[in-house]
Amino acid sequence: MIPELGHLALILALAVALAQGVLPLAGAQRARTDWMALARPLAIVQALCIVLAYASLTAAFVRDDFSVSYVAAHSNSHLPLAYRVAGVWGGHEGSLLLWQLMLNLWTVAVALFSRSLPLAFVARILAVMGLVSVGFLLFTLLTSNPFDRLLPPAFDGRDLNPLLQDPGMVLHPPMLYMGYVGFSVAFAFAVAALIGGHLDQAWARWTRPWVTAAWIFMTIGIALGSWWAYYELGWGGWWFWDPVENASFMPWLAGTALIHSLAVTEKRNSFKAWTVLLAIVAFSLSLLGTFLVRSGVLSSVHAFATDPRRGIFILAFLVVAIGASLALYAWRAPKIGLGQRFGVVSRESMLLANNVFLAAATGAVLLGTLYPLFLDSLGLGKISVGPPYFETVFALLMAPLVATMGIGPLAHWRGDAAASLARRLGIALAAALVAALVSSWIGGRWSAWSLLGLVLAWWIVCAVATDLYERLQPAGWSPARLAARLAQQPRAMAGMWLAHLGVAVFIFGVTVVKTHDVERDVKLAPGGVASVNGYDFKLVGLREVEGPNYRAVQGDFEVAKGGRRVATMHPQKRVYRVQREPMTEAAIDSNPLRDLYVSMGEPVDGGAWIVRLQHKPFVTWIWGGCVLMALGGALAASDRRYRVKQRAFAAHGVVVGR
Amino acid sequence: MTPRRKRLVIVLGGTAGIAAAAALVLSAFQSNLVFFYTPTQVAANEAPTGRTFRVGGLVQEGSVARDGVAVRFVVTDTARQMPVRYEGVLPDLFREGKGVVAQGQLAADGVFVAREVLAKHDENYMPPEAAEALKQAGKATTLVPKR
Repeated sequence: MIPELGHLALILALAVALAQGVLPLAGAQRARTDWMALARPLAIVQALCIVLAYASLTAAFVRDDFSVSYVAAHSNSHLPLAYRVAGVWGGHEGSLLLWQLMLNLWTVAVALFSRSLPLAFVARILAVMGLVSVGFLLFTLLTSNPFDRLLPPAFDGRDLNPLLQDPGMVLHPPMLYMGYVGFSVAFAFAVAALIGGHLDQAWARWTRPWVTAAWIFMTIGIALGSWWAYYELGWGGWWFWDPVENASFMPWLAGTALIHSLAVTEKRNSFKAWTVLLAIVAFSLSLLGTFLVRSGVLSSVHAFATDPRRGIFILAFLVVAIGASLALYAWRAPKIGLGQRFGVVSRESMLLANNVFLAAATGAVLLGTLYPLFLDSLGLGKISVGPPYFETVFALLMAPLVATMGIGPLAHWRGDAAASLARRLGIALAAALVAALVSSWIGGRWSAWSLLGLVLAWWIVCAVATDLYERLQPAGWSPARLAARLAQQPRAMAGMWLAHLGVAVFIFGVTVVKTHDVERDVKLAPGGVASVNGYDFKLVGLREVEGPNYRAVQGDFEVAKGGRRVATMHPQKRVYRVQREPMTEAAIDSNPLRDLYVSMGEPVDGGAWIVRLQHKPFVTWIWGGCVLMALGGALAASDRRYRVKQRAFAAHGVVVGR
Repeated sequence: MTPRRKRLVIVLGGTAGIAAAAALVLSAFQSNLVFFYTPTQVAANEAPTGRTFRVGGLVQEGSVARDGVAVRFVVTDTARQMPVRYEGVLPDLFREGKGVVAQGQLAADGVFVAREVLAKHDENYMPPEAAEALKQAGKATTLVPKR
């Protein structure tokens, strides 16, 4: 009964979404306040329907209702409760429902936190989001209904994929989806502005916190996915340039460009057409990512769908959504105007460079991801594009990007003198070079790439320090006055510093791991010792371990450095009872300076095992950098000026209503 | 320089920079493409020597031989076989009789030296390259009946 209720709620939501997509939009065009006023209540009703549908599916999971074929395929009566709840998004149909739920949460958030915006504008935004929702609900109902019944019901479920039975599964998909779907808000803002023909600094100020919020979720989601892959796939890699990873990375790059371009639009009323285009592109890439991951054109842990109808549906949806918004853009963008001029050396030009490099990086990832698919679909052979391509291109594009990242925040708007900028940043540059050389010397191993990475990381730190110094220095050197002055800095500024420092920490981590990481595959029998980078790994013994729904062979390792014991580690090789697949559960001993990583390969003759031993210095800094970026984003989005809207917008309400 | 000249220089410089970046990207792209070959194609000398490529098919039953960290196995597309040499830990889902894709280079002795071995992700799924190899071999054997 409950699954039917969920199905009904989905159908109801589709009807409400249709109304939400059409009526407020028509109302805004015809200046009918009563139709426009429908937008908010409809958004809330639609969200309630989806919450009901989602709760029904969760109930089916929790109650082990194996008469629902989706539950039977992704759960099991022995599955722990937390994974039964998270199992809702463990497969294609349910993760689509999660997507939908996120879309509704964002829509409701816009409906609630837009009190100060002109009604016509809000009506258009919510209508656009309603139309997006219509597309996804149709997709769910026509091709991927999670409530389909299985007749006769299964005796027990086929269990959740063992790789997904992990806390990462509980966190990574919802975070990433919040990010993906969050860009629909930026998209809706852009399309609403194009339809209304009203695009100015106020529009940019309304849009900024939403874009930043989506970007924060995306950053955390990608970082979680990377961390999860690192410890769960069992082999110690943190990024594989797998098409599925690229699918989430492309909207992130476009979103990062959008954040910076919006800064120019808000402060200087420039880059307007480009900003709108980026908002459309960021969401289009989110849709493309969904298409790549969900249509089955890619094969990976993420690809569930094999039904070709699904691929065709998403492709059609993609063409309609992107095509329509780009057509609208082509029609309306010429009216937007160019905005104010700026000098060759100015903050605008630095942000322009930022956008050029980020756009180029997005393009390069797009090329490397889509080209193999393109060749394959034309039957021209199977190829893959290796990580070296992405790594080379990224190093080359990120170097100038990071260079401008140091200069941009110090350059004045409109125009600045190159000579004075060089004087202000000269010390920072020298300090960065010295710091890079010193850290390289301490590390004891270096290459041209590692030196470049260290210079870039230190350059960001030194440039941020210069910026801080210039802003705080008028307070003199009394700690109390310095603290007071620091507290006076706008949160948007502090957020930028923090996020930029996050990039520095990230680059530092990547560079050190790339340079100093040591990995050895060895054969070890109980009592055997192998040494990696000065760490002696001793296999003390092997034993059988019983888990709730798996059994495992566990290796007990003692790790010593210079005769002193530093860690005991217990990697496992598990076999899950239902799916009968072996899985490597690596053991990681982590501290801020290094990770030790042990994974069990396979048993060989004489009771010995092939094991992989790794020493990864500073690897956690990679995710630490992402966390700093996200915190910086949160700080920036909470800036006062996004909240005191009332006065500023009173003047605008008149124009947009038309 | 007049402002006009200055602007021209900037535009030209920018264009040159973008062109250089595009050239770099494309050349990095070109040199990092990894092509896929079936054992039949490798046997027909279609695969390059001295360049990384992928080969895929099924792990032949009874062909896996471990010697400490080193391992040897044979990849077959049911028509032809391809001996593979690899050092290190094999993926969890590597199994005799199941689909596999190996990436590496062809050594002078005709053995494929793999640097990376990929296996299928779950019970129902076969690496698409491996499936393709079997399909092609299937076609070849029906067109040219052997022995």
